[in-house]
Amino acid sequence: MKPELAKLVNKAKELYDDLGLKSVQAWKAAVPGRKAIGYMPIYVPRELIHAAGMLPVGIVGGGDRLEIIRGDAYFQSYICHIPRSTIELALSHRLDALDGMLFPSICDVIRNLSGMWAMLFPDRYVHYVDVPQNYEAGVGGVYWHREIEILREDLSRLGGRPISDDDLRQSISVYNENRKALRDLYEVRSRKPWFFPISEMYLMLRAGNLLPVEEHTALLRAYLNEAPLEDGRFEQDESRVVLVGMFCEQPPLGLLATIERAGCWVVDDDLLLGMRWLMGDVSAVGDPLQSLTEAFLTKSATTASRYLPEGHRGRWLVDSVRRNRAEGVIFCAPSFCDPALLEQPMLIAALERESIAHTQFKYSEDTGQFAVIREQAGTFSDSIRLWSEP
Amino acid sequence: MSATPVKETPAVDLAQKERSMVLQKQMIASHYEELATAHDSGKKVVYTFVPGNLTELIRSFDLLPVLPEINALQSGMRKLSGEYIAEAEKHGHSEDVCTYVKCDIGMLKKGNIGPTGKKLPKPDLLLLSYTGCFTFMKWFELLREEYDCPVAMLHVPYQSDGHIHGHHRDYILQQLRTEVIPKFEQVTGLRYDEDRLREKMKLSAQAEDDFVWVLESAKNKPSPIDAYFGGVFYIGPMFTAFRGTPQGVEYYQALRREIEDRVTRHLGPITPDGPMEKERYRLVMEGPPNWTSFREFWKMFYEEGAVVVASSYTKVGGLYDRGFRHDPTRPLESLADYCMGCYTNLGLPTRVELLERYIREYSADGFMINSVKSCNSFSVGQLLMLRQLEERTGVPGGFIESDLVDPRYFSAANIKNRIESYLQMLEQKRAARVA
Repeated sequence: MKPELAKLVNKAKELYDDLGLKSVQAWKAAVPGRKAIGYMPIYVPRELIHAAGMLPVGIVGGGDRLEIIRGDAYFQSYICHIPRSTIELALSHRLDALDGMLFPSICDVIRNLSGMWAMLFPDRYVHYVDVPQNYEAGVGGVYWHREIEILREDLSRLGGRPISDDDLRQSISVYNENRKALRDLYEVRSRKPWFFPISEMYLMLRAGNLLPVEEHTALLRAYLNEAPLEDGRFEQDESRVVLVGMFCEQPPLGLLATIERAGCWVVDDDLLLGMRWLMGDVSAVGDPLQSLTEAFLTKSATTASRYLPEGHRGRWLVDSVRRNRAEGVIFCAPSFCDPALLEQPMLIAALERESIAHTQFKYSEDTGQFAVIREQAGTFSDSIRLWSEP
Repeated sequence: MSATPVKETPAVDLAQKERSMVLQKQMIASHYEELATAHDSGKKVVYTFVPGNLTELIRSFDLLPVLPEINALQSGMRKLSGEYIAEAEKHGHSEDVCTYVKCDIGMLKKGNIGPTGKKLPKPDLLLLSYTGCFTFMKWFELLREEYDCPVAMLHVPYQSDGHIHGHHRDYILQQLRTEVIPKFEQVTGLRYDEDRLREKMKLSAQAEDDFVWVLESAKNKPSPIDAYFGGVFYIGPMFTAFRGTPQGVEYYQALRREIEDRVTRHLGPITPDGPMEKERYRLVMEGPPNWTSFREFWKMFYEEGAVVVASSYTKVGGLYDRGFRHDPTRPLESLADYCMGCYTNLGLPTRVELLERYIREYSADGFMINSVKSCNSFSVGQLLMLRQLEERTGVPGGFIESDLVDPRYFSAANIKNRIESYLQMLEQKRAARVA
């Protein structure tokens, strides 16, 4: 690997492995008084945290690099893995750098985890971010505006200074740049996936959980420049697939690499979807809370935890397949993930109506055996290449 | 339309029938009969959920409610749920997800035959009262794919800090005015009639007073009721189709009279094997019951002289015992508050506080958690709740695991063993205190 790219990948990998939030501690130590706020998947308005001068820190469990010692004692066997590793991280003091935690409404597990957090860490700020499921401006919009106004008041109190409209507009602009960089990356990757291996690209995304947003945007831009220059990255006879179901508990890196090694180019996915939740720019002029509200109502991504008043649950997936010229869909959901697994039959029905190939398997963030997945993904890829209509 | 099985089978035949039981059976049978002929008689049908149900509003539009959770639990009690779940899994539904959903989908795929053996009508409207359970949303999205009918979505904000906030109430009111009521009007052709709604809410409040009296009768020693296994029958009319109806009022008056009589005579609860002779343990119960082996499960308790004096499951359709009443002077606001206050819509700290109060107020010897695989809304955090309650009250807790309607997850020997061990531990602690 060329040194420029290696430098970017190594930096992102270091952050990926930073379960103890050393990078966050360093950021806080650089300027006394700085604070960091953790958030879980999927969407929180990170602009508010940024505008308060704090560092938003994405928390997505411990993956396959954390031994669960205490976390299992808090959850029954039939509950997904991300809450137990997140509790483990907290009880082992790996999250001590966080001055607060936000738990967005995504499912009953993350929702109840917010209450557990409040009981386990009564001295820390905990907030449940209950996003509206009504997308009418005069109904869900009014409610959401007030919800984020409360969050702004809370963060102002916690930070010891008011968050001005100018602060917030500035943060919106900074995040618009980040969203644009992510959109560019996804767009180019869709056209030329061989330049951006999924396991590598994932590290670049994941770095955004810990890096200040400005640095993350710079990293993404640098990666966009460097990845296509790497030797040996050229078009091959692989199948183009969309990965679905990974918006919350994250798959181990090895699983993503396995899918790719099995002959699948990933051309779209819902990994770390919260970073790309708003699918366009947020207005950086006028009332910033209103801008964030309008963006939420009109530009939110579609996923299992979002209600669609008009129905047609699978339309977005079919659209993604068409837009990205994908040849198939791999449903790759965490075990016991209610939103993803309850959604799946509706998505499959939509794909089958359009004769789009699909396969499915489940994982846990600490899955360590990939042989079966490799075989299944490989067979799926072969079946697309050998049997699909040209 | 409750836990009371419509067609009696030996497995659920309650030995001693009192007037309230007979009344409830008649009410439910007549409701299902009305449902079976609904479309022939020009009536419209709305499917909705128990927590946060808008029964008074539904009834004020002459709509007939169908509650899929109730159909699922009825299927569980009638030993049909295993087959229905298998059918849903055959259609691609994951083994990991809620078995109420799969039981309902499986029942639909097998012809949607209700508990009376007659086909349930298709919905004219799906009222998605999204209260306290994320799965509800996915459930009705799945049903929407099956039925060509409109959906009214009512998103109820979660009470993470246990308090109702003004903008939460306003949000619900706006949804009622702009989403729910217009769709009711569209489906029925009737205009919203607030006076009619008020009349129904007056009847609700009347029944709610008697219902709370019944629940609180368990503070007596011996408790005249079992507030969990018996409680699921008592909540039936209140949580389903009969709030706001004269029959509902009559039922709770009759029930109250029966319980008053038991209190006067210092009698314990009635069980499927007759009256409980001696109350040995007073328990508080968290979590829903298992329905596939309901009677067997109950027996494990009453055989040992264990009576449940308070339970959280009987609060999934509202916390009336903490003072809430449907209020005819502010009907829609009151419905909004009702929706927000249902048990599973409350943050975990509030749930722990509530159970702590029950343990103290009902002089419980212990508390037990029945953790069901299907329901993350209930189950996530229960192991922490167990520790917190033990720390706060000094009362020991027990923990068992089963499921709502999936018979594969009810291990009778295991559960019985745990219950017996737990009760023995309570006995030893009691003996140690005496010594």
